[in-house]
Amino acid sequence: MAHQLLIKDLTVAYNRIPVVHHVSLSLPCGSRVGLLGPNGAGKSTLLKALAGLIRPETGSIEFQGHEFRGSQRAIAYLPQREAVDWDFPITVRGLVEMGRYPELGTWRKFGHHDEVKVNEALEMMHLTEFADRQISALSGGQQQRAFLARAWAQQSQIYLLDEPFTGLDRNSQEHFSEAIRLLADNHKIVLASHHELRNVPDLFDQVILLNGELVAAGPTASVFTAENIEKTYSTGIFSHSSPV
Amino acid sequence: MIHWLTEPFQYEFMQRALLGSVIIGFTNGFLGAFIVLRRLALLADALSHSLLPGLALAAIFFGLAPIGLFFGALIATIFVGVGGQLIARSSRLKEDTAIGALFVFAFSIGVILLGYSKVRVDLSHFLFGNVLGISNSDLWISYGIGLVTMVFLAVQHRPLLLALFEPAVAATQGIRVGFLNIALMILTVLAMISSLQAVGVVLSLGLLILPSTILYLFSDSYDAMTWGGGILGAVGSILGLLLSYWVNIPSGPAIVLVLGIIFLFAYLFSPKYGVIPMRFRRRHLHEESLRRWDAKPH
Repeated sequence: MAHQLLIKDLTVAYNRIPVVHHVSLSLPCGSRVGLLGPNGAGKSTLLKALAGLIRPETGSIEFQGHEFRGSQRAIAYLPQREAVDWDFPITVRGLVEMGRYPELGTWRKFGHHDEVKVNEALEMMHLTEFADRQISALSGGQQQRAFLARAWAQQSQIYLLDEPFTGLDRNSQEHFSEAIRLLADNHKIVLASHHELRNVPDLFDQVILLNGELVAAGPTASVFTAENIEKTYSTGIFSHSSPV
Repeated sequence: MIHWLTEPFQYEFMQRALLGSVIIGFTNGFLGAFIVLRRLALLADALSHSLLPGLALAAIFFGLAPIGLFFGALIATIFVGVGGQLIARSSRLKEDTAIGALFVFAFSIGVILLGYSKVRVDLSHFLFGNVLGISNSDLWISYGIGLVTMVFLAVQHRPLLLALFEPAVAATQGIRVGFLNIALMILTVLAMISSLQAVGVVLSLGLLILPSTILYLFSDSYDAMTWGGGILGAVGSILGLLLSYWVNIPSGPAIVLVLGIIFLFAYLFSPKYGVIPMRFRRRHLHEESLRRWDAKPH
């Protein structure tokens, strides 16, 4: 039971208004999880709560048997593209090096071991040849992978991605899903919000269907059914919207 | 040529001005990188204008002793900074509006108060600085402020970088983003107090943000912006000082003028991000992508 992310009775509110209600589920390590639901279903909110950006109203989050409290290096959160200042004076390598900072703290020197980790992350995400580019001089897919590389350098166990496939062309989508698969093969949990239903079975082996509250969660093969999708996109507070 | 450079510094007041310009220019240029990346330039401007009532009160009660001016300026600025926060939190006004309202208010009080000062105070001295009149205690204050600023920024280099790039994510990693923001504000106030003597209240923003803004147009490196900003701040101050000596213009405006000219030059001609080179490069990229598009089977 230890190798999992366990969410118990999680309620998250924005300005005191609950957006995600009493969600309980568990995700095994080494899984690629799609977080699905209509607009306003609380996908981003759930991700932010898991990342520690919003304090939940109720409930708890446990990883490998330990409760999450406050800051967490094990979790890497990839914000939506618009939330990043792409003109920031930093190269891809600089970005990935940032992943080492939390462990180094204020005083420790950036050493050989850190260098190795950074190179490993760059190589893994096929970014070595772009390492010296400023982050805006990359394609959308490369930018996403650069943030994954930083998370890898940080030795994160859980990757929270907010709509990572939005705006990627098909080629970059394939590269990116390959990268996610690689992370899962290395026993990481990748949890990505997603709104395109067609490619779900290709991308994810687990899904969470969310609409304010949890509709269903589990292996894609058994949970991603027409019936559950219908329920997710047509019930609850969004009863007027039709399935995509 | 060498004579032109050395001749001005035969005078003791020019030597002191040189020492002052170097440290004040460096401190402001270095710190400015953080202000630019944190997009606090206008807030810093507001704070610089709030220095004035503090200076006026200090001049009324303690005369022109540097230490009195120092604390007067510090207290007035913190008053405006904190007051702005309080108003923003307790009303529907946003922080920039609240501080904007307070600083013009403070500035007007400052100008009026200076009229009541018993010592004869030249308003333009506060507004535009006079590095040629820098005293030994002014120098010591500047060196102290420079030291505190550099040590803090060097020690907090990593957390600051994380907090500047992604404040929300940095907070989840245990970085005290709020503390760093307040520390940056206090350092800004200190740096402005030190630059008061060199360029004055109105122009202090120039010395703070122009050097790193110029570097930002040339480079993609954070270190280049900070250290380069410091060096450019110092060099620009020296050039401005020499310019003011050669053509006999006030030193404060001369310093900001030099930096302003370099800024315009960078904006137009910087190989990487200047508008003119970029215009030419864009066409090239466009052609290249068209070529690739034609090569693709479709």
